[in-house]
Amino acid sequence: MLQKRLFAVILILAAIGVGYFADIRLSAKPAFPYVAVTVNHANYKLGLDLNGGTHLVYQANTSKLTGADVGGAMTALRDVIERRVNIFGVSEPIVQIEKGGVVGGGDDRLIVELPGVTNVEDAIKTIGQVPTLEFKTERLAGAEKDAILKAFDDYQKTKDSSKPIISNLLAEDPYYISSPLTGRYLEHATVEFDPTTGEPHVSITFNSVGAKLFGDLTKNNVNKTIAVYLDGAIISAPVVREEIKDGKAVISGGFKVADAQALARNLNYGALPVDIKLLSTQTIGASLGEDALNAGIKSGLIAFAVIALFLILWYRLPGLVAVLALSVYVVLNLLIFKFLVTLTAAGIAGFILSIGMAVDANILIFERMKEELARGRALPDAVREGFARAWTSIRDSNLSSIITSVILYWFASNSLIKGFALVFFIGVVTSMFTAIVISRTFLQAIGAKGDSKFAKFLFRSGFLNPKP
Amino acid sequence: MFIVKYRKIFYTISGILMLGSLLAIFVWGFNPGIDFKGGSVLEIEYPSARPELSVVNQQIAGLNFDQSIRATGEKGYIIRLKSLSEAERATIESALSKNTTNIPEVKRFDSIGPVLGAEALSKSIVSIILVLLAIVIFITFAFRKVSEPVASWKYGLITVFALFHDVLVPTGVFVALGHFKGYEVDTLFVTALLVILGFSVHDTIVVFDRVRENLKFAGVGKNRKTFDVVVGESINQTFVRSINTSVTTLLALAVLYVVGPEVTKHLSLALLVGITAGTYSSVFLGSPLLVTVESWQNKKRGL
Repeated sequence: MLQKRLFAVILILAAIGVGYFADIRLSAKPAFPYVAVTVNHANYKLGLDLNGGTHLVYQANTSKLTGADVGGAMTALRDVIERRVNIFGVSEPIVQIEKGGVVGGGDDRLIVELPGVTNVEDAIKTIGQVPTLEFKTERLAGAEKDAILKAFDDYQKTKDSSKPIISNLLAEDPYYISSPLTGRYLEHATVEFDPTTGEPHVSITFNSVGAKLFGDLTKNNVNKTIAVYLDGAIISAPVVREEIKDGKAVISGGFKVADAQALARNLNYGALPVDIKLLSTQTIGASLGEDALNAGIKSGLIAFAVIALFLILWYRLPGLVAVLALSVYVVLNLLIFKFLVTLTAAGIAGFILSIGMAVDANILIFERMKEELARGRALPDAVREGFARAWTSIRDSNLSSIITSVILYWFASNSLIKGFALVFFIGVVTSMFTAIVISRTFLQAIGAKGDSKFAKFLFRSGFLNPKP
Repeated sequence: MFIVKYRKIFYTISGILMLGSLLAIFVWGFNPGIDFKGGSVLEIEYPSARPELSVVNQQIAGLNFDQSIRATGEKGYIIRLKSLSEAERATIESALSKNTTNIPEVKRFDSIGPVLGAEALSKSIVSIILVLLAIVIFITFAFRKVSEPVASWKYGLITVFALFHDVLVPTGVFVALGHFKGYEVDTLFVTALLVILGFSVHDTIVVFDRVRENLKFAGVGKNRKTFDVVVGESINQTFVRSINTSVTTLLALAVLYVVGPEVTKHLSLALLVGITAGTYSSVFLGSPLLVTVESWQNKKRGL
């Protein structure tokens, strides 16, 4: 008995610890109900529907590629778009590839999530460009270069004033001039290692037209740099040592292996015509998301209170134990959410639904306990039997919910439903643990012997008592 | 006993509900949401009082985006349109803020292309079929040991019939709400249906499970309790737990419906209706049907 009570105390302490880490705080309140429960959601990952932001789904047209190239092309596409998204300075953007899957028809999708961005227009414009690869040559010193530099200079000096000097020349690059050579003429790029230094470099090969263009370019620019631009940003500016006629070049210079691989990938695929098409846009304003979050938290707290009241009124002492188990259930789930789940409005709904269903196991057990009591068993026996006999029912009921949530998760067509299914699944699994292990430990730790009228009152329930 | 004795009354109630739902589906049809058929939803809120509906209608009338407008909250409108491109979206937003200082804020914009819509529909259908299949396998497994006096596959058949009832009723309710109040059948509604399936199959099984257990102790020979008595007792014994497990779930859902976020209001309503129907069918429809099936068998055998 002492052992069981000790275990119960340890469980309570552990639950308080879990609650603390899950950012649940209790504070005193001057008026009813005197205690305020708050969940500090700042440390939880919230979905776009709660935080506000933009969710975009793109379709990549990979029909021109052979199977093996699709994966690489998609990865490159993702990298390119990630770079473009970073221009927005969005915190924690998500750019991910979604395989079409069983029902999706094997199409390749790209999902872009921009938390906090509600100006979709700009986002879509920036993202939607087809990746471009350009080669540019140095702009020679002269009137033109000076004019452009002066325009930049003027702008810099006046940009904070009310009338900054803006000139068309600002669109020009003072240091490099576009050349006719673009990614369209690139055959492929590979990572190679220098045989003497072991340093990685990127070797590129042009097709015949590209080789000719590249030959001219190098001939005219010996001992000067040629800049490689991807999406308008300079990624490398190697120095030309001699004219290259065979359309082969090496870009070297202090690469790390991963950087060289990324560059080769960008060169290979950055210029490939992987068209993307916008399939769906979702924008949620920040205020709407905040309203939804607050409403979700509020309904969770109220639902918990209402269910707790019901349990205590109907099941008395065991009901109180069930409320304890339910509290452990809630804090345990919140802790799991904090680390593993991106919460959405549907996820919160799934959680509230699971709070209602988590007590099912306790109700099954208590009803069975009551029957055993009515058959004349002693209280400790009735408790034991109640748990033992209700187990098959509990297992079956949760099994059907688990099957449903797994299928829902697999075939979810949007993140709303995926979120719901995931939270529901976690809830069902953890409720089996709390409803059985926690309730049993506490009921046994109370260790009622059950001969007094009072003890029997505490364990009886409801208003109808079954006939023996 | 009460429930078994007056089962015809309960059959009638279920019959009316099911017929009504079927009628609603055939007469009014589904009102699919944009996640199934593709399209856009634009939710706006005005800083001060919202202009008259006719004013907004006039602002965007020339655009031909198949728009329909509905008021929402105190200062907002929800505008439903065809699937819009980015340029079209900009057009409608500027149209809405033309010639006024009361410029609405865009609270939400969803645009789903027809491709994704069709895909969501097929995914939903596949998941419903899979859940049904899994449930049939589950029932077959759960009742593999029952035989007398009603064969185990008949338990299965009745369970599936009860499930059909549980799904049909909320569907009927939503079709009716769609006709009168513009409620839509969307992916969240399908999610609700799947959860209802999982929830009520279990409720039905609990009663059947008790019938099976009680049949073992029904006695032998002359003292043997008749089948309807066993079923009646089983219903009585499981009645409180059937009701209470549903009550806690319904309480949670009711709170979610009343206080919860706008997005999940229809989800919780569908679940409320479906779980109520599911609890009703487990207690008042499924188990009495067992008795009815048994008495048919007896008539056939000439008993």
